[in-house]
Amino acid sequence: MNPNPIERLTNGIIKENPTFVLMLGMCPTLAVTTSATNGAGMGLTTTAVLMFSNMIISLLRKFIPDRVRIPGYIVVIASLVTVVQFVLQAYLPSLNDALGLYIPLIVVNCIILGRAESFASKNGPINSFFDGVGMGLGFTIALTILGGFRELIGAGTIFGAQIMPAAYEPVSIFILAPGAFFVLSCLVAIQNKVKNRKPKDSTASAPSCDHDCSTCGNGACGGKFFDMTVDDKKDNK
Amino acid sequence: MQDLLLIIIGSALVNNVVLSQFLGLCPFLGVSKKVETAGGMGAAVIFVITIASFVASLIYKFILNPLGLSYLQTIVFILVIAALVQFVEMFLKKSMPALYESLGVYLPLITTNCAVLGVALNNVQDGYNILQSVINGFGTAAGFTIAIVILAGIRENMEFNDIPESFQGMPIVLVSAGLMAIAFFGFSGVI
Repeated sequence: MNPNPIERLTNGIIKENPTFVLMLGMCPTLAVTTSATNGAGMGLTTTAVLMFSNMIISLLRKFIPDRVRIPGYIVVIASLVTVVQFVLQAYLPSLNDALGLYIPLIVVNCIILGRAESFASKNGPINSFFDGVGMGLGFTIALTILGGFRELIGAGTIFGAQIMPAAYEPVSIFILAPGAFFVLSCLVAIQNKVKNRKPKDSTASAPSCDHDCSTCGNGACGGKFFDMTVDDKKDNK
Repeated sequence: MQDLLLIIIGSALVNNVVLSQFLGLCPFLGVSKKVETAGGMGAAVIFVITIASFVASLIYKFILNPLGLSYLQTIVFILVIAALVQFVEMFLKKSMPALYESLGVYLPLITTNCAVLGVALNNVQDGYNILQSVINGFGTAAGFTIAIVILAGIRENMEFNDIPESFQGMPIVLVSAGLMAIAFFGFSGVI
């Protein structure tokens, strides 16, 4: 396989969408999607970190000794997150306030460490950069959909613009914590439904995960999350 | 004293770390298949978060803040937490093998549990002193344990139920978590 930038972009957005297909990075996914604007903001912030962390780690991949690579990656990622946090504080203070604690927590987002380990440490800087862009955009799209859905039902607006007629009574539970669980659950159920209709080889949906969790780098979840999704796929058959 | 009690109730029940702040969702959804393993995970989390919030607030108070380096907190905290987990693991293995046996598997999983970093950052943000930070860390971790054990109990009972095909697996777990989140809203009147 010879990855090229375009293939990397579509791969991240559709085939290996980090939220809906790989189920990574759940904490920010549920926490900040109270509105489409917040979802998109979080997605783009993560994209910015992801593309530069992928590029830098790819450039450094020959210099970082194998045994200390994970701490090395974390330092690179944490530095980038700090930079991004300063940029947001300076230029987008309202977004910074809305996302709050979840900006520094990008450091422990499984997507970023996962891509560093599974892609950037093995591929050249240009491909890694576009892999980061693709994955980041896939994440952004997923968060925007989730945020838009919750905002539409919970407040009757999308991106702050009134969509529902004035007579619509907003179901405010959808912008509170429980709504996040319900909306994500429905989206996953819909995805299961679509997947069940045209049964495919279960490994085809997540080609980057060979279910070998020791090399997966998905440290935050300790591979447990993957184990479970594999089990789920078996159950669904 | 009353002030500390309020912190512990607030962090354990009212602002439950998983159900209202969404921190530590990966282990919450991943390790909640059985009550026993969930309890083990919870105990390990209580142990690590309490120590980590103590160490992180010490470092913030005596190193980062006096030197004007507080912007480095994210980098410093994550490295300290990773090192701490490693250190705790080695220490337990040597001196308390029984405890190590029971927590062993869960300790490495905690390193990047975002709840640990989240609590450390929260303590700084809310301007807690060292004692308050430790109490807040303990309360948060206790809240995590309560939530994960309850969810594990629900999932054990759900095993033999007739669930619509599309909702099997993750979706139904998310729905249960959502219902628990609604239940935990009841605590918001406590403080």
